[in-house]
Amino acid sequence: MTAPLLRVEHLAVSFGELRVLEDVDLAVPKGQAVGIVGPNGAGKSTLLSAVSGVERASAGTVRLAGRDVTRVSAAERCRLGIGRSFQIPRPFVDLTVFENALVGAERGAGLRGGHARELALRSLEVTGLLPLANKSAGALPLLARKRLELARALATAPEVLLLDEIAGGLTEGEAEELVATVLSLKESGLTILWIEHVVKALVQVVDRLVCLASGRIRADGDPHEVLAGAEVAEVYLGGAAA
Amino acid sequence: MTWLSVVVQGMLLGGIFAMAAAGLSLVFGVMRIANLAHGDLMILGGYVASVTAAHYGVPVPLTIVVSMVAVGALGYLVQRSMLDRAMGLGELAPMLVTFGISVVIPNVLVQVFSNDAQPLSVGSLGTASIHVGGDLSIGWFPLITLLAAVAVLTVLQLFLHRTQPGRIVRATADDRAVVRLMGVDNRRVYALTTVIAFGTVALAGVLYTMRQGGVTPYEGQLTVLFAFETVIIGGLGSLWGTLAGGMVLGVAQSVGAQISPDLPLLAGHVVFLLVLVFRPQGMFGRSVLA
Repeated sequence: MTAPLLRVEHLAVSFGELRVLEDVDLAVPKGQAVGIVGPNGAGKSTLLSAVSGVERASAGTVRLAGRDVTRVSAAERCRLGIGRSFQIPRPFVDLTVFENALVGAERGAGLRGGHARELALRSLEVTGLLPLANKSAGALPLLARKRLELARALATAPEVLLLDEIAGGLTEGEAEELVATVLSLKESGLTILWIEHVVKALVQVVDRLVCLASGRIRADGDPHEVLAGAEVAEVYLGGAAA
Repeated sequence: MTWLSVVVQGMLLGGIFAMAAAGLSLVFGVMRIANLAHGDLMILGGYVASVTAAHYGVPVPLTIVVSMVAVGALGYLVQRSMLDRAMGLGELAPMLVTFGISVVIPNVLVQVFSNDAQPLSVGSLGTASIHVGGDLSIGWFPLITLLAAVAVLTVLQLFLHRTQPGRIVRATADDRAVVRLMGVDNRRVYALTTVIAFGTVALAGVLYTMRQGGVTPYEGQLTVLFAFETVIIGGLGSLWGTLAGGMVLGVAQSVGAQISPDLPLLAGHVVFLLVLVFRPQGMFGRSVLA
């Protein structure tokens, strides 16, 4: 059996006295799409932050392709292959859409000149942003900003793509458009870890679902089985979250 | 002197202010640090030029390069050894570091060179002028200073908008946290920004010293004020705004001097205050920066 591309072992994250994540274990094989659900405050975004290097783990390890990256900076983790989008889009508003993607291609993917431009344009094409390439990122509407989050992460040529609620705040039609894009990325073989409140969107794409509550994994397995399980019902109806 | 001449002389004076303010604006824009030592670094630039010319026989035009390189290198050391660390401790810590530097520089200069002015002469260029007509004459040296300021701001603008490192600097100015997730090492961007800022303020310091004919240790306390006023009047985040801000401040001081020899500084401060009250984002700044 091949080693997982991303492995999180006994991961804990604390903010002062508050333990946000505790003893989280997760192994994601290459090419697998894993969805993460859980109530607000469950620690979902903190898990992505700990994997991407935004937050420091107070215990446990994060491994990418067997390499321990727990103490590696966020910038270096990106260069090693961890790409991340944010729940609330944070484009570089003074740059054009193309320049936003280009930063990722040049620094994250480590490409130069024409190769960097090619990758940046490809990431815009995949996300449907090519017609807006020369627009100022600050002038984009919400859907386009969400797409830009995805495009920038793709421009870093990630091995693992971390998505934080990219369907949140969108209309049903807009969310479906974005889901189709993520599905095509998954079918191209990309490994994906995706937090989403819009569960309907999530189950269309993921191979596996993880339910997180109070900083711990409560369920992990087939999406439909996890959703039908007693743990998820308990978590969402208040039992575990209380 | 006619009012036209007063305005023109003020605009020429504004060139120095704009050049001094460019680095201040850049450091604040990228790192959110109000560099309180900016004026003292400007004066240090003047000292480096003066000392290398007087004691090492370096030709005066070449002292500009020596000073920019020396103060730029100091910028790299300050960033890597102090500011990087201080930036991890909150917003106040880096400002306190720059305050410390602003105390150290003039005191070291007094210890080493005393309070006496260190001369730096550009010879006949300092008094040469072009007679435009009537009583309007434009001094060659103030004109060169203004052209140098325009050149510096143009190069900075091209660097920021047409080069790869410039794009990374702009992205970092937009969002320091997100840029790390795109693979950017913030510390290298900060070091580059500080080197550029220290280098340009050294250039401003040398030209200021040449214009004044010399420099004394504590002049930085006043020049940092001019630089801050220029940035605020022009608007944060706009290099051309910085040029406009420098000119407005220069014209205000020149008009004040025409009315009374006691008024130039006060006139500049009044214009600065009026801008703060009626247009806090400055002439070319974006209100979101306020």
